[in-house]
Amino acid sequence: MIASLSVLVKSQKVIVICSLMLCTLLFISAFAPWLAPNDPTLVNFAHKLQGPSLNYPLGTDHLGRCTFSRILFGARVSLGFATLIFISSLTIGLIIGLIAGYKGGWVDQLLMRFADGVMAFPDLLLVLGLVGIWGAGLKQVVLALIFVQWVYYARVIRGVVLSLKEQNYITAAKISGSSQWKIMKKHIIPNVLPPLAVIGTLEMGWAIMHLSSMSFLGLGVQPPIPEWGAMIHEGKSYIRTDPLLMVYPGLMIMLVVVTFNLLGESLSERFGIKRR
Amino acid sequence: MGVYILKRIMTIIPIFLIATLLTFGMIHLSPVDPAEAYLAAANIQPTEELLEQTRQEFGLDKPLLVQYINSVMKISQFDFGVSYVTNKPVWEEVSSRMPATIQLTVGSLIIAILASIPLGFLAGIKKNSGIDHFSRFLSFFGASIPSFWFGYLLIFFFSVKLDLFPVEGIGTWKHLVLPAITLALPLIALYTRLLRASVLESLEEPYVLFARTRGIHEKKIMGKHVLRIAISPMITGLGMNLGKLMTGAIIVEAVFSWPGFGRYFIEAVFNRDVPVIQCYVLLAAGLFLISNLIVDLIQMYIDPRISRKGRQFQ
Repeated sequence: MIASLSVLVKSQKVIVICSLMLCTLLFISAFAPWLAPNDPTLVNFAHKLQGPSLNYPLGTDHLGRCTFSRILFGARVSLGFATLIFISSLTIGLIIGLIAGYKGGWVDQLLMRFADGVMAFPDLLLVLGLVGIWGAGLKQVVLALIFVQWVYYARVIRGVVLSLKEQNYITAAKISGSSQWKIMKKHIIPNVLPPLAVIGTLEMGWAIMHLSSMSFLGLGVQPPIPEWGAMIHEGKSYIRTDPLLMVYPGLMIMLVVVTFNLLGESLSERFGIKRR
Repeated sequence: MGVYILKRIMTIIPIFLIATLLTFGMIHLSPVDPAEAYLAAANIQPTEELLEQTRQEFGLDKPLLVQYINSVMKISQFDFGVSYVTNKPVWEEVSSRMPATIQLTVGSLIIAILASIPLGFLAGIKKNSGIDHFSRFLSFFGASIPSFWFGYLLIFFFSVKLDLFPVEGIGTWKHLVLPAITLALPLIALYTRLLRASVLESLEEPYVLFARTRGIHEKKIMGKHVLRIAISPMITGLGMNLGKLMTGAIIVEAVFSWPGFGRYFIEAVFNRDVPVIQCYVLLAAGLFLISNLIVDLIQMYIDPRISRKGRQFQ
C-alpha cells in the first residue's frame, strides 16, 4: 500500500515537473518577441561568430545573428508546428475513429485496413516518400507528418467507441432519455481523454523530433526562419571553431522531446495505458 | 507448418502490391506532371511538343490501369525506369550505392545486438541495481536524442577533440565506427528496454521456480530458460526495425557524408527525381516485409507454438 502510494506520488512528481517545463516552453514561445534581446533574423556581419556577451547572451552565428534569440524563436516554430500537427491529426483521427467505431461493418473494415497499411511501414519511410513525391518544403513535411499521425488517434478512439457500445450504462443512459450530447459529455469524453492525453504527449515529442530531422536534412523549415534542426544544419560547418552553435539547438530539441516522452510515460503509468 | 510458411509468404504479395499501388497513386495524385518534372530535372525548357513526346516515351498517354500493370511488370524485373537527372537506369545507380548502406546498417545492427543483449539481460536479472538504472537512463535518452545531433557530438569529441576517428567518408573500419554507433543508439535503447522487460516477465514464469526447486544451478537457469525465451520478442523487434534502420541511415549518411543510398535519395527528393524516390520507397517496403517474414520463420523455429497461435507481438 505504502509502496504503491510512493510510486504514485513519484509519478505525479514527474508529471508536475514536466508540466512546469512545458508551461515554461509555452511561455517562451508565446512571448519570444518580448523575451528575445535581438531580432533573430537580423544579419550583422560585423558581429559574426562572437562569444557570449551582454548583448548576445549565447553569442552570434556565422551571419552575426543572435543565437539566444534564435533559440527562443525556435521554440515557437517547433512547438507551433507540433501543435498544428497534433490538432490536425487529432481532428482527422477523431472523425475517422468515430465513424469507424459507430458504423462498423465494411466502413470500419476499409478505414482500419487503410490505417493498418499506414502503420505497417516505418513512419520515416512514409514521411520521406510523401515529401519526395510532393516536393521539399515545410507545408509538405507538415502534411506528411499529419498523414502518418492521425492513424494512432483514430485507432484509439475507435477502440474506445467499440468498447463503450457494449456497455450497459450507455444503453441505460439512452433508454432514460439522455441526449446524444450528454452521453458524449458524461460517458464518452471522460473515457477517451486519458489515452488521448498519453498518445498526444508522445506524438508531440515525435512530431518535434521528425520536424527538426526534416529541417536538418533541408526538407522542412527553410532558412532564415530560426528552427532548431535547421540551426544544427547551419552550425555544423563551424564544428571545429564554434561547436556551441550546434550544441544549443540540439540540447533544446532533446530537452523538449525528453519532457514530452517523460510526461507521456508517466501519464500512461498513471492511467495504466499501454503505449503504442 | 509447411502450410503456415506458405500462407505467410502469400500474405507478402498483396501487401507489396498495395505498396506499389500507393506509390503509383501518389505519383499520379501529385500536382506535378511527370513529363514536366522530367524535363525540368533534365534542364530542358518544356514546350507542348516536347511534353507530348515525353509522355509518349513514358507511356503516360495510356489508360491508368495499363500504366499501372506496366509499371508493376517492370518493377518485378527490377526495372525502376530511368533517373530524370542522370538519365541512367535507376537500378544501376541504386545498386552501386547499396553496399555502403548495407555496410552501415549491418555494422550498427551488430553494435546494437552486442550492446543491448548483455545490458538488457543484466538489467533484468539485477533489477534496481546500478546497471539497471544505467540501462533505463540509456534507453530513455537513446530514444529522445535527435540522431543527427548525436552524430555531430560524436564527431566533435572523437574526431575533432581526440582525433581518434575520421570526420566523414568511407574506407577503413575506423570510418564506420562513429556512423554505426549513431545509427545503433536508438536501437540499443529499444532492444535494451525490450529485453529487460521480457527477462523480468520470464523470471516470473513457473518453470523458473520449478527449475530452482529442482536445484538447478542459477547460471544454467538464466542461460537455458530465461534468456532463450526472453530473446524472442527481441528478434521480432529486430525484423520490425530493419526498415527503420534503412530510413535512419538517411540521416546518418547526411551527417557523416556516407556515400550510400540514403544520401542519393535525399538528392533525388531535392531534384524531384520521381523514379528514384519510387524505387527507394518500394525497396524499403520490400525489405521491411521480407525481414518481417524471415523473423517470423526464425521465431517459429525457436518457438513452434507460434505457428498455431499466430503472431504474438505485432
